[in-house]
Amino acid sequence: MSKGRFGIHGGQYIPEILMNAVIELETAYNHYKNDPAFQAELTDLLNNYAGRPSELYHAARMTRDLGGAKIYLKREDLNHTGSHKINNVLGQVLLAKKMGKTRVIAETGAGQHGVATATVAALMDMECEIFMGREDTERQALNVYRMKLLGAKVHAVESGTATLKDAVSETMREWTNRIADTHYVLGSVMGPHPFPTIVRDFQAVISQEIKSQILQKEGRLPDAVLACVGGGSNAIGAFYHFIEDASVRLIGCEAAGRGIHTFETAATISTGKLGIFHGMKSYFCQDEYGQIAPVYSISAGLDYPGVGPEHANLYDTGRAEYVAITDDEAVNAFEYLSRIEGIIPAIESAHAVAYALKLAPTMPKDKIIVINISGRGDKDCAAIARYRGEDIHE
Amino acid sequence: MSKIQNAFADGKAFIPFLTCGDPSLDVTEQIVYAMAEAGADLIELGIPFSDPTAEGPVIQSANLRALAGGVTTDKVFDLVRRIRQNTQIPLVFMTYANVVFSYGTERFIKTAAEVGMDGLILPDVPYEEKEEFDPICRRYGLDFISLIAPTSQQRATMIAKEAEGFVYCVSSLGVTGVRKDIKTDVSMMVQLVKQTKEIPCAVGFGISTPEQAAKMASVSDGAIVGSSVMQICAKYGANCVPYVADYVKSMKNAVRNA
Repeated sequence: MSKGRFGIHGGQYIPEILMNAVIELETAYNHYKNDPAFQAELTDLLNNYAGRPSELYHAARMTRDLGGAKIYLKREDLNHTGSHKINNVLGQVLLAKKMGKTRVIAETGAGQHGVATATVAALMDMECEIFMGREDTERQALNVYRMKLLGAKVHAVESGTATLKDAVSETMREWTNRIADTHYVLGSVMGPHPFPTIVRDFQAVISQEIKSQILQKEGRLPDAVLACVGGGSNAIGAFYHFIEDASVRLIGCEAAGRGIHTFETAATISTGKLGIFHGMKSYFCQDEYGQIAPVYSISAGLDYPGVGPEHANLYDTGRAEYVAITDDEAVNAFEYLSRIEGIIPAIESAHAVAYALKLAPTMPKDKIIVINISGRGDKDCAAIARYRGEDIHE
Repeated sequence: MSKIQNAFADGKAFIPFLTCGDPSLDVTEQIVYAMAEAGADLIELGIPFSDPTAEGPVIQSANLRALAGGVTTDKVFDLVRRIRQNTQIPLVFMTYANVVFSYGTERFIKTAAEVGMDGLILPDVPYEEKEEFDPICRRYGLDFISLIAPTSQQRATMIAKEAEGFVYCVSSLGVTGVRKDIKTDVSMMVQLVKQTKEIPCAVGFGISTPEQAAKMASVSDGAIVGSSVMQICAKYGANCVPYVADYVKSMKNAVRNA
């Protein structure tokens, strides 16, 4: 069995041409993750540039309104660039810099990872190119402008379904084209080893903070942690330090799109099967011959036909649960959180909020739920307005 | 010794690739006969995949057209059954890991052997992951073809040691597709392999003209061409067969004595 396995999942299913690049990355990462100077530099960036630690906020009105479990929101939306993506990007670009790379490339779905990568590339004086599905460049036009403003070159990917999976494929192709000076800043806990591990480690700061914050506020661990799952980086970040704490339910919220019984869905664990794609063995939405399905979600960031291998294994072992949330439920939750707490969540994060709306009322008042608000929703306002039949100009 | 070795018996080899089902499986069948007639030594049959990450735009489009036309793995197996009634030219499948895995890896390889295939190329399965495929291929008498890239460096020896059939030397960085010139020191790659194992080395990626093919074949045992073939198929559609045949003839003539 090859390296980088989570149960049967993971591995390194990539062209030979990239093998030395991922081996070089793994060697560098294993060195720097134990290097106190690297860790100190990263912590300084996380705290003084990205604004960590992010707040763990008691959503009192929401808690009262739902009448059940006490609800806390982990405010990753308050990070610089507006989402959890910055945690991983600061780590990876700093690592790339130490490796002597001068150029970074990245895929993006909703644009949050692309914006974070363009931001850190500007900060660290690296050349930056972002690949984004053409359909997503239209759904998230504001983020395209932000990336360009930050000095990145943005490529609209026309191939396949012109969404996130095609952006990943195209970034992989570009990496095979230019490897020596280029690092691929993969944005989620997916792809070939060592990416799922590196990205998880850089996102694990989320659960590390939740744990110490909730112990400080409540003197005990939460009963459930909820996070949305596309590839699964904010979810693994929010789950990681609770995996050994069996009393904490870990619940990943997938995008059901128009419903898991329709073809317009992106709920990988609910509807997918085991496969090999984008460098990893995991669950994928696919047909009986292994052709990857053209998935759909209102959320560009969750519109991906696969899920990270560590999530696939957490599902297999039963340690984490995965639920599917429809577009309608997510949009309702988007509006709900805006009105009741004055917090506009990313439409991705709204999938986790939507499940909390179902779960909290079924739990007693002495139970605690933490929802990871992985990003802010400003980027989604025009799309949600359109969903509600209102055409606004951005 | 598998039938693949025969491909390197008539001078340097010319190995064309084609995506099965573009423009249709019937035309694919006719192309295979025409290629064999025109001097091709081995043919790579591509089973289309929705997201071929190692391919450039030409073969990506060919894959999507074939899938839109309803091509499936089972229909490709049926195609090979028909082909095998008419020609014994060495044939290898080129596809992606998920096509094989989703069919059931053993079921796929067993069926491929039964219908008369000689080898399997999976560009997204490197040395580190081949244990999942290679032993099953051996069991059913199929050669699992190894690839070596310009970035392989010291890995070339490790890969060559366990290679079967022939070694696919990737000529350039990047994905498949036509290139103006090839800058990699291909002869060095080939030498690295040959120092470890006496096995034919064929060079692919970026080759389109007879001059390029001759140059690559002069430092190896043959040239592999895919995108140029699929460009002809895309241009002439159902009428492409004689054009492909002419092209294969010119390429084989260019490499034979290179």
